[in-house]
Formats: sequence, C-alpha cells, structure tokens
Amino acid sequence: MPGMSSAIRHEGVVEPAGAAATSRGAPEPTLSGWGRQTVRGREILGENLEALTKGAVLSRGLGRSYGDSSLPAQASDKVVATRLANRILAFDSGTGVLRAEAGLSLADMNQLFIPRGWFTPVTPGTKFVTLGGMVASDVHGKNHHREGCFGAHVRALRMRLADDSIVECSPTKDEDLFYGTIGGMGLLGHILEVECVLHRIPSPWILQESERVRDIDEYVTALNTAAPTWPMTVGWIDCLSQGSALGRGILMAGRWAEPDEAPKLPPREPRPITVPFDFPNWAVNPLTVSVFNGLLYWKHMDQFGRGIVSPDTFFYPLDMLLHWYRGYGSRGFTQYQCVIPRAAGAPAVREFMQLLTKLGGASPLCVIKDCGPQGKGLLSFPMEGTSIAVDMAVSPDIQRIVDSLNEFVIATGGRIYLTKDRFTRAEHFRAMEPRLPAFEAVRAKWDPKRRLRSAQSVRILGDRAA
Amino acid sequence: MKAVILGGTSGMGRAIAQRLVERGDSVFLLGIPESDLVRSAADLKARNPKGEGGGYALLDLERPEGFAAALDAADAALGGFDAVIVTAAMFASQDALEADVELTRRLVTINYANTVVFCEHARKRLLARGGGKLTVFSSVAGDRGRKPVAIYGSSKAGLAIYLEALDHKFHAAGLSVLCVKPGFVKTAMTAGLKPPPFAGEPDQVARDVVSAMDAGKPVLYTPRMWALVMLVIRWLPRFVMRKIGF
Repeated sequence: MPGMSSAIRHEGVVEPAGAAATSRGAPEPTLSGWGRQTVRGREILGENLEALTKGAVLSRGLGRSYGDSSLPAQASDKVVATRLANRILAFDSGTGVLRAEAGLSLADMNQLFIPRGWFTPVTPGTKFVTLGGMVASDVHGKNHHREGCFGAHVRALRMRLADDSIVECSPTKDEDLFYGTIGGMGLLGHILEVECVLHRIPSPWILQESERVRDIDEYVTALNTAAPTWPMTVGWIDCLSQGSALGRGILMAGRWAEPDEAPKLPPREPRPITVPFDFPNWAVNPLTVSVFNGLLYWKHMDQFGRGIVSPDTFFYPLDMLLHWYRGYGSRGFTQYQCVIPRAAGAPAVREFMQLLTKLGGASPLCVIKDCGPQGKGLLSFPMEGTSIAVDMAVSPDIQRIVDSLNEFVIATGGRIYLTKDRFTRAEHFRAMEPRLPAFEAVRAKWDPKRRLRSAQSVRILGDRAA
Repeated sequence: MKAVILGGTSGMGRAIAQRLVERGDSVFLLGIPESDLVRSAADLKARNPKGEGGGYALLDLERPEGFAAALDAADAALGGFDAVIVTAAMFASQDALEADVELTRRLVTINYANTVVFCEHARKRLLARGGGKLTVFSSVAGDRGRKPVAIYGSSKAGLAIYLEALDHKFHAAGLSVLCVKPGFVKTAMTAGLKPPPFAGEPDQVARDVVSAMDAGKPVLYTPRMWALVMLVIRWLPRFVMRKIGF
C-alpha cells in the first residue's frame, strides 16, 4: 500500500484511513513515552508539517523523552508526529550551516555528515532523536562544559504558533520566543524547521581514555580535572556500591581522533540487537543489578584504558539494544536526572548518592556528567555543576523516591531535566526553577490561552487538562 | 544508477530516493506540486556525496498528455536514465469509494490506466537503449479480493498482472521489471490505523527495494514477513473470505 500520491491532486477527497479501524472496533490507539507511560491518543503522521500542525496542540519527534513531555493532555488533542518531515533544505559545506525540517533524525544526520567530516556540535546519549526534539529539550552531551547545549548552536527556527501563524525567530528576531523554545518542551509553538551549525571533525573516530574510579569524591575531582583537557567526559556509576566504595565507577573521556591516529577505514555501520519481548518485572532487581554492575566495574581490568572507538560506541552505547526499555518489563521505568550546582560542593554529590542508595533506587544505569554554565534557553536544564542520571523501575514507591530526591535537589539549589521526568510535583518544580516566571511571561505573550500543551505541562505547569 | 522517481517526494518513494542519492546514484523527481518538488530536490542534492543532482519536472498522474514531456526532461537532465521507479498512487477507503462513484473512477484511472500508460512510455525508452530497470509499487491489497480494499486492491491487482507480463515479455530484451508489494507500512496513508505486528517503516522498505533492484528480482514483498502472510491469505477458501472482515 504505497503512500498517498505526490503526483495526484487529491485535496479533500481522501478520507483518513483511520476511519476503517474504529468502525471495526479496533482497540483505542495509544501513545507512549520511552519509559512506557501510556496514554490514550493518536499521532498524526505526515511529511507536510506546515499543513499538519494547523490546529495541533503538540508535536512529537521519535518519542524518546522518558516521561510525559511528548504525550497529549487528553485523547482528543491533536498531536503531530514529525519524523517523516526529514528533508535537508540547505547545507553549506564551507560554514557547516544546516537547515532542515524538524523531523530529521540525528541518526540520519550522522550517517550523512560524519563521512564528510562534520558532526553535530552537541549530541545526546541516543541518536534516535529529531532536530526538533533536540531543540525542544535543549539537549546536552558529554561536552557540555565546552560547547553548552544544542540550542547554543541553533541560528534560527521556523515555527507554527498557537494563533496558527508561522514565524521565523532567531537570537535577534523575536528572541524571547527563540530562547523560550530552546528547552521549552514544545510549549511555545511547533518547530517546523531548524537552522544550526555543524562542526568540523578531523576523522570519523574517537580517541577514548577510561579510568576506574574508586568512589564518588574521587569522581567529582576526576571530572573537574578532566574537563580542561578533554572536550568530552562522562562517567558510569555503580549506584549499589556502599560505604567506602560509594559511587565507584568508570570515567570515560574522549576527543575526535586526528587523522594520523585514526584507522584508515571508516567505522562499520553498527548492527543493533532488538530486545524481543518484555522481560518479567522482577528481572531488574537489586541482586541482578549488583551482579551486572560488578561485572561492568571489574570488566575494566586495568586502572586505565586508552583506545580508538567508533562514535556509535562512544556516544550511543544503548542504541545497540533496540527497545531496551523492555528489560524493565511492563511496569515501565523512569529516569531521574538532576544537576547539583558546583556551589553546593562535592559533599552534596556524595549525600545525594547516599540518599539514592538509602531509598533503594537500584539501577543498572547511573550516569554522572560535568555541566558548564547555564545557557540562554529559558527552561534549559544544565547549570554549572554535576549532573546525575539514574534509571529506576516504576514501583509503588516511585513517587516517594522522586519526592525525596527532589527535596534534596531543591535544598542544594539544583534542578531536574523535564525530558526525563514523569513524577515531579508542580510545587517542587516551581521551587527549583526561579526562571519559571520569565518563561510563563513569554508564554503568556505568544500563547495567552495556553492552547499548546502536553500531559507534562498539565502536571507541572498547571495547564488545564481538558 | 540514473533513476527517475515518480512519487519520490513522500513516503516510501522519498525514502528510496534518499537511499539512492546517498550511495551516489543520480535521481530525477517527477510529481506535483512544485513547492514540494523544490524542497525534495534540495534534500536530495544535500544528501548526494558530491552535492550534485536536484532535478525535477512536474507530472500529474491525472494528466497522461504530460507524461512524455516529463520523461524527456528527465532523460535530458540525467543524460539518459536507466531506471524508472513509480511509487505514486492514490488511496481511499472502501467506504469513501463506495459512497462516491466519481472518486472510484479517479482512483482506478490513476492507479491502473494512467500508471500503465506511464510505464509504457518509460518501458519504450528503456528498451530503446537496450533495457534497464522498471520498479513499480503494487500492493499486498492486490493479492486477493478482500472486503476492505475491494476497489483499491483491484487497481493494484491489475497493475501487478501487467508488470508480470512485462517481465515475461521483455526480460530477454534486458528490461528488469520489479513489482513491489508493500504490506502495512507506517506512512501518512496508514496514520491512525493500529499497526499490525509486522508493520514496516519507509526506510526498511527502501532498503529492501533497492537491494531487490540491484539483484534484479521480479517480485518483492516488504517487509519480508508479508510474503508469508499473503501466502496464507491467498490459500484461504472462498467460504472463509466471505465470512471474515479483512
């Protein structure tokens, strides 16, 4: 069944194929975030974002945000899926300026541009995201201390606003709209096109150094020491370790390899494995996690390691496991990611880890990163300090755990990452986000009725649900 | 490969066009509207490793009088094409078609009559230069007379038989005909339907189509699992087909 033709004039005659499904009594369509939170609703899929976003209240890309950022507030809300709008509109091979439709995926971009010696200035930990999503989340990466967030490299956005008009904004034109959209979770308008700058890379390979780290204090010091010399750093933490080994793990630092260091041939295209079905809900438990973490820690036999790896290995290790959320079973999972400001000091990071261990947030995945200064996005997540991200299975205790962690983070002056969040309370978010009134003022200007919204904006910003 | 693609601005056609240019093949787009062709042509140009290409011409499948000129434009731009790919077609639900006979006339004209006319123009040009590849999208809907796709499916069935005959008749002369039968693929056309277990993505279809073209296969079910599904459906007896709803 090929798609509706691009070679026939058919405006207004073809009824949506969906009608047949409902008349046959098919199950209600649903949408999910990456953590398996599922709500009733359907996405409208198509190539022409300009046409599709008319009257829509939310756009979503590849649905990789963990919580409810990309989910509709109610089933009848019009949600646009942008992933088929993936055309590159212009690329200047002199300056690296790229303009593309918002649904272009980073996976696509990497495949096209790494062989030509270009790479996105900032990449998140998965390549299965769209350009629009990277802007809406103002994604950060292992190089935040050097390059800031993705938004710092965006030059212009073409947007469909709440009043259905279409505008182009930039750091010099309607800058309040522009900076409100960078990290604004899609709440100020639908992103139709993105213009950003790619960076030159000397080779398609990464030179990586890794080091076993004995505890959390050593970690914070090691991250700070590595920051000036390495453009990219990240650490994995065994968050079940306790006592003197609390926060032991492996620190990785990397940079693009120079041509004389890199292998002659480009990296081979990775062949990911699909997690074929839901694991039982008990599969991820403290025992299995501690065995997994122990293996991962001691697999790093030597204190230090150094080698050439592919960008996929370095940036996107989890992309090798398609549908890895299935490992957590049908209960789903959430990720808690916060930043603890440098001003709160290294002891605050240790205290956070102690609290996490005490609350029983058993996780095979706990990632620690160094953040540089806060960017210009009005709700952009990172701030100078230490970012910690930890996966947690959804359990009856989860709300209590997230509340306790949030109260700790508020006390340190830190904040959480909306793209990962599913359980933070409105009052907690307001307490940790002094920039919220400024964002709300911009929103009041561009969307006074708050027509654009998501399940998350209802939960956290108090938008009306229906 | 120097390929002309009719329908290459959207859905599976776009994915095929992108895949071809990314590996260095030349692509010329045919279709409407022009605003869409301009954007897709820019995309293909940016994706081409050498930044080449980006040609297009207007072609409306409802206006067969323009077919020859559009193919001539493609031929001139590509310096003689050696592959023609047709993904364009029209879809409408069975309910909509039953309610509107004029819509039915348009759909069967576009999907069968005019597509065959276009293929005849293309086929003659290819044979005149000693052969080439002709890849045309039929559908699994054309494998069996089924209630929800009675009219659409019949237009695709007719097309499939035509393509089979072309293969029989001109294979020896160097024409490599590929009839593509996609199953459920997540595109704008199927948006809103609950995807069945073997639903495919346009990229996956594009990968299958390009490798089937390279291998010179005559028929392709994609995603592959649909070959098995349709094998079962083709063998279902009439009394079962009368009872069931698909």
